[in-house]
Amino acid sequence: MTDVSRTTGTRLVKRGLAEMLKGGVIMDVVTPDQARIAEDAGAVAVMALERVPADIRRDGGVARMSEPDMIEGIKAAVTIPVMAKVRIGHFAEAQILQSIGVDYIDESEVLTPADEAHHVDKWAFEVPFVCGATNLGEALRRIAEGACLIRSKGEAGTGNVIEAVRHLRSILGDIAKVTRADSAELFDWAKRLQAPLPLVQEIAETGELPVPLFCAGGLATPADASLVMQLGAQAVFVGSGIFKSEDPAPRARAIVEATTNYRDPAIVAKVSRGLGTPMVGLEMDDLETRLADRGW
Amino acid sequence: MKVGVLALQGAFARHGAVLTRLGATAVEVRTPEALAGVDALVIPGGESTTTSMLLEWSGLADPIGERLADGLPVLGTCAGMILLSTRILDGRQDQVALGAVDLDVRRNGYGRQIDSFEADLAVAGLDRPFHGVFIRAPVVERVGEGVEVLATIDGQPVLCRQGPTLVAAFHPELAEDDRIHREFLNRAFTGA
Repeated sequence: MTDVSRTTGTRLVKRGLAEMLKGGVIMDVVTPDQARIAEDAGAVAVMALERVPADIRRDGGVARMSEPDMIEGIKAAVTIPVMAKVRIGHFAEAQILQSIGVDYIDESEVLTPADEAHHVDKWAFEVPFVCGATNLGEALRRIAEGACLIRSKGEAGTGNVIEAVRHLRSILGDIAKVTRADSAELFDWAKRLQAPLPLVQEIAETGELPVPLFCAGGLATPADASLVMQLGAQAVFVGSGIFKSEDPAPRARAIVEATTNYRDPAIVAKVSRGLGTPMVGLEMDDLETRLADRGW
Repeated sequence: MKVGVLALQGAFARHGAVLTRLGATAVEVRTPEALAGVDALVIPGGESTTTSMLLEWSGLADPIGERLADGLPVLGTCAGMILLSTRILDGRQDQVALGAVDLDVRRNGYGRQIDSFEADLAVAGLDRPFHGVFIRAPVVERVGEGVEVLATIDGQPVLCRQGPTLVAAFHPELAEDDRIHREFLNRAFTGA
């Protein structure tokens, strides 16, 4: 048979990987050992970063992309996809991650932003990007820039799920409203959302984002995963919630099982037993920095 | 026609939508009880290591093995192909290999996400090419006797059948082309 011509880096291939992560848990890891624990617990992917959000919040300073050596170590330790974070607008960090073969790039508000006006032009990359959003307009601006996956931001490093719920409800609530709007009202929706009209019209027709919607920021328990999945998230990111808890491995597995069986309270109850202490949570009023406010 | 879609993780909703469009009743399978009522099964793409663990933890691995041994028609795509094979290379040592199709497959054999690709495939029995979407796809490294190869890419099998088992290295559920699902249902329910 003759050679078949192959096309890489297409929209379908980039969005397709996010389809494969649905129903799964993506875990923040800072070392190859943590990455192995995450894979052993059933993670669908790991997010490599140099400090988990709870430590970034505690220690302060500028948070940047991880060292390439550290990311290589994590890639070598696991067989599942490896994601890594870049600062908002820092396309040079993104170029580095693409060149070392990271599977997904997270342009993340958890790191210190590099550009106060512009996000990365994500269409320019063959590696897919995930971006955070607090509302529908922000999600559509990121998709217009080429994001292939949206995660509701929540408030990372707090162990407090309230912001994740707020952002998820905001995005999904506005999608529901847009689907009820008539064609004339969609022009106004585009203006109010500060989002491209064609994307707003597409949502009115399909009733969903053109890319998958996952949830992040403050999840700490199996019940948290069940909650956001029932609200409409299609997968979850767990950051500090695992490796800042008393006993990470069983908690990680329990969150995986709760995410799969989110509609079955008996299973979520069963896996929630005997997990030790979850991470200590923070009240929103006590925060010095709201990470979710970063991004424009 | 009740077709189960293994819904532990991955692209199960996309498969469900295609099956529904073709007139089948799609049922999400997460428990042995749900499996008991289905006449055919789809194992979707996703992370095969995660799905493998969830098969064990949910108690589904043994009942699925028994149903397959009894001739349950099954379609496996990407991770589903991996799980249905005889031998998995570059997997985890504890990974479930259901052995419904006599293949050795290498996980992520085409490379990482940056190497994921689309390509038009000539498929035996289809008059027009099928658009294949390959995402961190497995490579078939050995084909056992009795396995029919229905499509290849650069000489490597990407669509194979053995008895009631049909496996694809790519993602027909993402292609907006129902022909492979239709072929699966036709064989499963009419023996055509």
